[in-house]
Amino acid sequence: MAQHIVTPKTYLQVFAALMVLTATTVGVAFIDWGALNTVIALVIAVTKAILVVLIFMHVRYSSQLTRIVIGGGVCWLLLLIALTLSDYLTRGWQAVMGW
Amino acid sequence: MPTRHRRLTLAEHSATAHQFDDMAQQYEAGQLGMWVFLMTEIMFFGGMIIAYIVYRGAYPQSFAAGSHHLDLTLGTINTVVLIGSSLTMAMAVYAAQMGQRRTLVMYLLVTLGLGLIFLSIKAVEYASKFESQLVPGPRFHFEGDHGEHAELFFSLYFVMTGMHALHMVIGMGLMIVFAWQAWRGRFSATSNAPIEFMGLYWHFVDIVWIFLFPLLYLLGRH
Repeated sequence: MAQHIVTPKTYLQVFAALMVLTATTVGVAFIDWGALNTVIALVIAVTKAILVVLIFMHVRYSSQLTRIVIGGGVCWLLLLIALTLSDYLTRGWQAVMGW
Repeated sequence: MPTRHRRLTLAEHSATAHQFDDMAQQYEAGQLGMWVFLMTEIMFFGGMIIAYIVYRGAYPQSFAAGSHHLDLTLGTINTVVLIGSSLTMAMAVYAAQMGQRRTLVMYLLVTLGLGLIFLSIKAVEYASKFESQLVPGPRFHFEGDHGEHAELFFSLYFVMTGMHALHMVIGMGLMIVFAWQAWRGRFSATSNAPIEFMGLYWHFVDIVWIFLFPLLYLLGRH
């Protein structure tokens, strides 16, 4: 697949969306959502990252091979987080000898 | 892989390395290679982010207290500046694809300038942390409650933002080299892959900040 040319108009729209999301994440940070605080902040951050990856980084127009590499990398990151947390978050669940 | 039998134009021929069939294949190989590199970068920053998540889970109040000492206004301005620099980088890629040499150089220099503004604001923030003795080490001194593990928060703050800033310095070095080469006419409408691949790197640095900003600055603001 050859280069796909994204127009300045699309870039500007994505930039506007990123600005709105930045204002939103700062705004909602001043409201207490209880346990949802971190979840809301991360959902907004992930949305922004996906916009950047798909449009600014042209992944929406790139080959399947590139997408598989990116998907694999993201899975590896999720493995790192999930396995580490499955250890730390469960340490208090049971009394273990020597701890 | 079947080879397309088409005679290359002279410009394509001189821009294609001999191990590739044509420009399209060379472009795709370069793009894939850049993404593989960025995946190793994701794991690099991922390690620091998981360390942050674990310690924040262990000492939530100390981390919230530490986060309150960061300057939210400067952090927000820097977020806007960096996302703006991603926009100008994307416009530079567009200018390269259109073969507009002067516009390309202009956008690369604007991106470089926005990067400089980001790092200057970061320097102001770092300086104020030194003044208020919030830099981890023997002189660290934290006023207020929950200070026991605030030093840990600031250690993670300096390592994460410091590594991010180092990546920006590297990106800006590349920006200077490419702006010079673009001025000399190295890139054209048919041969501009290096500009796009540097764009991928710059957008990646932007994405890292998109995660660092809420994690470090927006914690426990309510």
